[in-house]
Amino acid sequence: MKHIISALVENKPGVLAHVAGMFAARAFNIDSLVVGRTEDPQLSRMTIVVIGDDRIVEQVRKQLAKIVPVVKVQDFVGQPVVARDLMLIAISAPPERRAEVLALIEAFKGKVVDIGQKFVMVEVSGPENKIEAFIEACRPYGIKSLARTGTIAMPRQAPLEARS
Amino acid sequence: MSPKSRPSAGPAAQSSVKTGAQIIVDTLIEQGVDTMFGYTGGVVLPLFDRLYDAPINFIIPRHEQGGCHMADAYARASGKVGVMLATSGPGACNLVTGLATAMMDSTPMVAITGQVRTELIGNDAFQEADTTGVTRPVTKYNCIVKDVKDVARIFREAFYIASTGRQGPVLIDVPVDVEVAKFDTKNPVEMELPGYRVRTKGHARQISTAAKAINDSGQPVLYVGGGVISANAAEELRQLADKAHLPVTTTLLGLGSYDQNRPESLDMLGMHGAAYANYAVQECDLLIAVGARFDDRVTGKLKTFAPNAKIIHIDIDPASISKNVHVDIPVVGDAKFILPELIKEVEHRERKQWFKKIAEWKKKFPFSYDREASTIKPQYVIEELCRQTKGGAIITTGVGQNQMWAAQFYRFSRPRQLISSGGLGTMGFGLPAAIGAQVARPGETVIDIDGDHSFNMTMTELATAVENKLPIKVCILNNGYMGMVRQWQELFYNKRYSKSYLSNPDYATVARAMGAVGITVDKKADVPKAIKQMLAEKRPCVADFKIEREENVWPMVPAGKSLDEMSGLDILESIA
Repeated sequence: MKHIISALVENKPGVLAHVAGMFAARAFNIDSLVVGRTEDPQLSRMTIVVIGDDRIVEQVRKQLAKIVPVVKVQDFVGQPVVARDLMLIAISAPPERRAEVLALIEAFKGKVVDIGQKFVMVEVSGPENKIEAFIEACRPYGIKSLARTGTIAMPRQAPLEARS
Repeated sequence: MSPKSRPSAGPAAQSSVKTGAQIIVDTLIEQGVDTMFGYTGGVVLPLFDRLYDAPINFIIPRHEQGGCHMADAYARASGKVGVMLATSGPGACNLVTGLATAMMDSTPMVAITGQVRTELIGNDAFQEADTTGVTRPVTKYNCIVKDVKDVARIFREAFYIASTGRQGPVLIDVPVDVEVAKFDTKNPVEMELPGYRVRTKGHARQISTAAKAINDSGQPVLYVGGGVISANAAEELRQLADKAHLPVTTTLLGLGSYDQNRPESLDMLGMHGAAYANYAVQECDLLIAVGARFDDRVTGKLKTFAPNAKIIHIDIDPASISKNVHVDIPVVGDAKFILPELIKEVEHRERKQWFKKIAEWKKKFPFSYDREASTIKPQYVIEELCRQTKGGAIITTGVGQNQMWAAQFYRFSRPRQLISSGGLGTMGFGLPAAIGAQVARPGETVIDIDGDHSFNMTMTELATAVENKLPIKVCILNNGYMGMVRQWQELFYNKRYSKSYLSNPDYATVARAMGAVGITVDKKADVPKAIKQMLAEKRPCVADFKIEREENVWPMVPAGKSLDEMSGLDILESIA
């Protein structure tokens, strides 16, 4: 099962190496790992997607918490969260098929960020399954190159009852 | 201590403006360091200059690995933080085995390494190594200090992290320019560790649940690890075992936490543990683990480990709980705080049937060996050592058969009495460990029970013992083999002794060349006399016992088997 784990870490050199090294040393699998700054310049947030059974993910959580510069660890499993990936994708789009490609981009609410003679580059964000679906839809046209972030996530702020 | 004739550091040392090196030395003294181990080198010269007249007893090993083991054993014997200092590059890299040993056995240590100048870092400078990168997996915490203003804070944090929670080694890497940079230290410094929290007091309801489980249990076993010794909680453990009336088995590192001479002692469990301990664990209905981590050498096959037992696990490290074995009642915290709470709530139970069963196992399968043999049996040497020292010596060991025989045949009665590399299994640990322990406990008898091949790995440190006039005793159980490897080859590889022997020097001659006393013992009848002489020596002494070459350690739970599937019981039974 996929777990999204969020770790608040001290913004110090070596922390990423420590976290990544721990995953490698303990043979835990990382599906994706994203690091970025937070509202507090002293802290960074790592969002790590881990695949494993409850016992393994429990160990991941504990081993992360044990790392001295890791300040807080949360496992979002079972919680309502907003989870998003971002992707840049260059799709082959010769003039005769361009309209078709643009319609596809529109359907996925993608944003064209660069355009050439034979391709368009698109920015797409959303839940991971939407990104995956867009990649599949683009495949028949030809994907020139692709770059994507891993997942970032945040628990929903609104109380549960308010959203019915 | 420095002689008075040495040139003084001058008035600069009195000012609040200090160099990084001076701040390091001042912080060490502030943290209570009166003894440290270390080896000099290019980028630590400013620091060594400050140590020239510092009130710190400084022991120089012959190799940084040896120094690291000495600092580790010093910590284990004294309960204080062991300190090791090394230069950059090769000096730092030579610490890796020692740090990994300390990490696996949760020893509080601070290692200090020099580093090349900050602006050279990353340029493959002379004697540069990525020390924090190399040592990250083998330390509890490490970091590089890049600014002199952070030196005092980081060193305080290092001592705090090393000595609290689940203890462990911390490494601080100091570039040489930070050692010489100056900083005004008049303002006090505070630790900044937002991510480091230690849970000491256990959860009250969990403790009550554990107490109830103990009171309800007809067949409990207390399973104790080195954590009880680290927590200085052996007395509390004894009170718990007494009040609730519980049989006690320990891990290798737990030996000494509970007096083995008491009738409730089940001695060591595990791969080469006592048959009665292993049977008791397999048949118990409640296993109470305290400061132990369910290592594979303890549990045997996990699926069938303690199959009928509910498991209580008291440990300061939350990550140790349910890592290998599912725990029913976890209690996270310091045994020193938790055990007294538990003692309040447990009640005395007779458990006559259970203790009767245990007594039968004990009678049927004691640790034993052929006492009538004409050759020198290693077990006999250890029994004789135990007899002549009245079970009171501090014992260090190598790794392998020598270590297991020491654990089986010496009787430990107090904490910090056995110093052995348990988790990492570091051959060569015994001699430097004996030196570190003797430095920590100058008045006591310290004996390294070693194997010939373990001793070969670090025997250069004999010179360190001689130089520092440390009257350590080394008993080499010399079978000419890497004995434990040979035993496995005998049992599992059809006696093909592939590369498990090599030619040894004459150890008595080596000892004498280094200024120690050397004794060779090749007759059984000479063993008591040789031990008597060794114990009387004021100089370091090496006794080379030419033991039975193909003696095995019994019982043995083969790797991957259940604890109650022990080999060698027929042998023990036939000679008991």
